[in-house]
Amino acid sequence: MYGVLAWAWIRAAAQYPVSMVLLALATALVTGLDVAAILLLFAHAPRIAGFTAPEVLFLYGTSALAFGISDIVLGTTERLGYHVRQGTLDTMLVRPVSPLVQIATEEFSPRRFGKLVPAVLVLAYALTRVDVAWTAGRAAMVPVMVAAGTAIFGGLWVLTGAVQFVLVDSHGASKSVTYGGGFLTQYPMTMFARDFVRGVTFVVPLAFVNWQPALYVLDRPDPLGLPEAARFASPAVAALVCGAGALAWRAGLRHYRSTGS
Amino acid sequence: MPVPMIEAADVVKSFTVRTRSGGPRRTRTSVRAVDGVSFTVEPGEFVGYLGPNGAGKSTTIKMLTGILTASAGTLRVCGLDPSRRRTSLARRIGVVFGQRTTLWWDLPLRDSLALVRRLYRVEAAAHRARLAELTALLELEPFLDTPVRQLSLGQRMRGDLAAALLHDPELLVLDEPTIGLDVVSKATVRDFLARVNAERGTTVLLTTHDLGDIERLCRRVMIIDRGRLAYDGGLDALRRTVDADRLLVVELARPGPPVIVDGIEAERVEGPRQWLRLPRAVNAAAVIAALARDHEVRDIALREAGIDEVLAGLYRGDHAYWRSGRPVAP
Amino acid sequence: MGVLPWVWWYGFRRHTAYPLGSLTESLTNTMFGFMRAYVLLALWDVRPSLGGYDAADAVTFCFITQALIGPVQVFGGMELTERIRNGDVAIDLHRPVGLQGWWLADDLGRAAGSLLLRAGPPLLAGALVFPFRAPAPANLAAFAVAGVLAVTVGFGLRYLVALAMFWLHDDRGLNAVTLVMSLFFSGMILPLVVFPGRLGDVARALPWAAQIQVPADVFLGRHTGAGLLGALAFQAMWAALLLGAGALLTRAARRRLVVHGG
Repeated sequence: MYGVLAWAWIRAAAQYPVSMVLLALATALVTGLDVAAILLLFAHAPRIAGFTAPEVLFLYGTSALAFGISDIVLGTTERLGYHVRQGTLDTMLVRPVSPLVQIATEEFSPRRFGKLVPAVLVLAYALTRVDVAWTAGRAAMVPVMVAAGTAIFGGLWVLTGAVQFVLVDSHGASKSVTYGGGFLTQYPMTMFARDFVRGVTFVVPLAFVNWQPALYVLDRPDPLGLPEAARFASPAVAALVCGAGALAWRAGLRHYRSTGS
Repeated sequence: MPVPMIEAADVVKSFTVRTRSGGPRRTRTSVRAVDGVSFTVEPGEFVGYLGPNGAGKSTTIKMLTGILTASAGTLRVCGLDPSRRRTSLARRIGVVFGQRTTLWWDLPLRDSLALVRRLYRVEAAAHRARLAELTALLELEPFLDTPVRQLSLGQRMRGDLAAALLHDPELLVLDEPTIGLDVVSKATVRDFLARVNAERGTTVLLTTHDLGDIERLCRRVMIIDRGRLAYDGGLDALRRTVDADRLLVVELARPGPPVIVDGIEAERVEGPRQWLRLPRAVNAAAVIAALARDHEVRDIALREAGIDEVLAGLYRGDHAYWRSGRPVAP
Repeated sequence: MGVLPWVWWYGFRRHTAYPLGSLTESLTNTMFGFMRAYVLLALWDVRPSLGGYDAADAVTFCFITQALIGPVQVFGGMELTERIRNGDVAIDLHRPVGLQGWWLADDLGRAAGSLLLRAGPPLLAGALVFPFRAPAPANLAAFAVAGVLAVTVGFGLRYLVALAMFWLHDDRGLNAVTLVMSLFFSGMILPLVVFPGRLGDVARALPWAAQIQVPADVFLGRHTGAGLLGALAFQAMWAALLLGAGALLTRAARRRLVVHGG
């Protein structure tokens, strides 16, 4: 049903092809600002926080790709609070489709795919330039970390969206988890303070989006000193986060249907 | 025995409301928006659902359509429990909200309906046929390609009706569909609904404040007040059962002082015309005879209480039946 | 002049009506402040005096710019756009007060409300956790002036974009491009002192720099005496230019409205 609805929206958007392409380009440009920032940083020094430019671009590429895909698929769930306030959630509940799918496909447009352009380009570039002793395991880890990262972000989108069932105005704060998470995973965690890194490892497991797997690929020591196994934990963490997101959504919907708006 | 379209048995919906009790502490009280409502609607019926604001109409509608879960009691729509089988039920019913559109703001109507088709999994051929039919009936052709946000209220309502009926539901639920519409649009909507009910046998449950809707469309009327069902029966029976006054309008040969007949004094005089209010208990024929005997009468008319007067009286709690809080026997 | 103070007050009231929403936004602003600060600290670790800033300057820059996000509204947007889109602007144009003047007063009210509700948490958090360069009282007064000028420049830019709605069917593309310019050239992504060579020179001359970089530098006390006057004059110049362009565009829009009907 997700695909069917998304396609219906794309068909509607396709009536203005020029606008669509321009918007996709504009989206790519906005997303590309983060790359510009990294390039500007490394214009001043070859190594920052112990990492070289290709290494940070590798982190950026994997993070932006995971974040971008999750944003395309589930990003609109952040609008839940708006729908609750406007009463349009009721309109969705009257239809024979899960409200999550309806919100997620809302205004689906090819423009969303513009977000992937910088990520794909940069990741491709970084993979050729980064100084890694490639093994089968390391090579396999790259798609795995992107997939797991996408799932972790996806779960976080749904989780923070679900909070809006209960705290309708919480969107402003949940942006720090979703967009904030997308931002901080672009950089090596050696930049951040110890407590901060602990927070994003154990509380909101953003470190497993790309940092831990990257330690394996780039063969670096873990500043927190976690065991080797942590570097392979991303899929498990992703499953946990997705599970939590699903549970939160179900609970939130149940709460909404029992107390109204 | 056909399965009833809607079966409600002692349905209760309570909300906890936090009220400021003057001090810094907030007390929690439980408010019963719907307090033990029971009724049955058979397939093919056209039922009006009335009540003063805040009586529990919208809450009942939300429970019927699966938006809210009931706190107690059993509710079955099309044989399904709306709180547990929401999506299965949604496939078989259509809902129109008068105050909110179910369409998408920025999309042309045609695209909105295409999306609706996808949501309800209507087959392409069936969709084409149905769309053509609804376009003709509701005269959608002129604005099918206009974005919904640019439509007038009447056009948007017709669009919403089309969207609700695109998948040929068994039950159509409407929450104040004619609110804010001009006279012509109201007539169009009413005729359309009457037709849908008569020709396709679609059961219709209509919530409204517009008495014209009720008079034109509903054979059966349910009235809810403060969470309880105060009346469930036919429109005529409502008029008869409730202690509604009738109005006797008499035109005398000459203007004169207010007449008094059988102890009833005319309450309003305009030239030769006088208005007398006759309580239900009074025999109108006797009054008319007495009038004709004592005065020179040019013309006479007896008006039954309009439904608006009946309802206004009910909402105010003027009548014994109403005050008892028990459903009035039709 | 008479009604404009009320417009300011009304704008202020409207934007302080939902304090909870503003508070949650400022939480995210604080969070981003932390992350940006860490990134800059890592850079300053290897280049300690980049652009004449020291580490404390860089960190303070992060937090003051995060605090300015609300008031200056770097992410763009204005209610006027929607009013133009649905035609309500006709009401605005019928008022005896000019369109731009009205909305400027409203925006300044909004900025004041935003300052009140959103600027506190990032600054406070930054000052407590990081080495922070707190401004001297004289700098604070200058910063207040720079802040008002920054909001005005921001308004000028957004007003021009909003008016484009009279001519464009869909403003999303324009919004995206101006967002990029705004974020990048204002100093939000990285302080303009980090921009190398020619790029930096160009960036520092553009109006977007007047929105964020200049007031931030005033806060840091990097402009004193004649330099300070120069900085404020730079802002004032852009404000005047943008408002002037806005006035011209308003006239053109009015003509268009008359020609094309409602």
